[in-house]
Amino acid sequence: MNETSQLSYAFVVFISAIFTQNILLSYFLGLCPFIGVSREVKTSFGLGLAVIFVMTTTSVLNWVAYHVVLEPLGLQFFRFIMFIIIIAAFVQFVEMVIERYSPFLYQRLGVFLPLITVNCAILGVSLFMVIRNYSFLVTVGYGLGSGIGWFLAIMAMSGIRQRLANERIARGLQGPGITLIIAGLMALAFIGFTGVLQGN
Amino acid sequence: MKLTGSENKKLMIEGLWNNNPVFKQVLGICSTLAVTNLVLNTMVMCMALVFTLSLSAATVSILRNLTPHNIRMMVETLIIAFYVIIVDVLLKAYWPEMSGNLGPYVGLIITNCIVMGRCEAYGNTNPPGKAFMDGLFNALGYSFVLLIVATFRELFGMGTFLGLAMPYFSGPYWDKWIIMVMPPGAFFMLGIVVWVFRSIQAVREEKSS
Repeated sequence: MNETSQLSYAFVVFISAIFTQNILLSYFLGLCPFIGVSREVKTSFGLGLAVIFVMTTTSVLNWVAYHVVLEPLGLQFFRFIMFIIIIAAFVQFVEMVIERYSPFLYQRLGVFLPLITVNCAILGVSLFMVIRNYSFLVTVGYGLGSGIGWFLAIMAMSGIRQRLANERIARGLQGPGITLIIAGLMALAFIGFTGVLQGN
Repeated sequence: MKLTGSENKKLMIEGLWNNNPVFKQVLGICSTLAVTNLVLNTMVMCMALVFTLSLSAATVSILRNLTPHNIRMMVETLIIAFYVIIVDVLLKAYWPEMSGNLGPYVGLIITNCIVMGRCEAYGNTNPPGKAFMDGLFNALGYSFVLLIVATFRELFGMGTFLGLAMPYFSGPYWDKWIIMVMPPGAFFMLGIVVWVFRSIQAVREEKSS
């Protein structure tokens, strides 16, 4: 494919990763923090931003590692370990950098960064990019789109949960139960986006 | 060391019911929920999880006195990744079709919070035998809940069970619930299962107190 069609394909993937194929609502990735940390809008915002940033950069780094190092060596099965190490190392590195240079940012995002290492969505995006054989540009679009999609979903959820805080909910349904049902309704709403993009 | 029967029983009750990974701890559903639209896929995923969780908890426990405290998490992740790679390679070699169906979700067992959670909470401080049993029963507790979800999703959504047509549900009188096969169905079904089990637990606690 030439440059322009690559770019437009990357854009299509970007949009579909946000809406029609939301990483959380249609692939169930990153559910644990989604259920655990979505009680307040403020914390969800911080976590969401951190996810966007880490997801975009690690998917790009992992693309490079996979196609430049692992593939020529024929070590594809080694990718799980490679990806995990890259993600963990990158998160650690970012934590150190922002702690040193931007105390303000560290205060807002710092506590969320360690949580991100075990966020399945981050690893999931890297694995999907390998399975679907995305090119470099498309990977950038996919990583960024998935991050934004996750951010949107957790923001919406925390907004809803804040309003639910004072409602009376059946005892067995409190907490995770109601969150899952709401997530189901949200996923249902997101299905409405199907057909926004043709041929996807 | 040798495990006594009563200790095993206690671990079993904790893992399967009192402290069930899915409806009590709500951990680690990410990697498996996606494949619950078919019972067969779920079974394979759950078997992979049972294998990984029990063995990695035991391994973490064997190495617990040798691992430096500050790189503990990294070592745990590598141990888990080791077992997941075994599963992945075996599946690819002997059952490529299933490997394709499961896609990235086998690899995602690495970041499954329940595996890490059990290694961290139990494997780290207990002897290997106990850690193995704890991992095993947690994984089984996890599997049985997800198999319930998968059974209902496949039955209502496609009218089949394990790919076999079921009498009433595949007939003309049953309007197939397409929504059950799609992502929202998984959320709804799991929400309902969590609700039911938590309510039963609450009632029991009330009675015993």
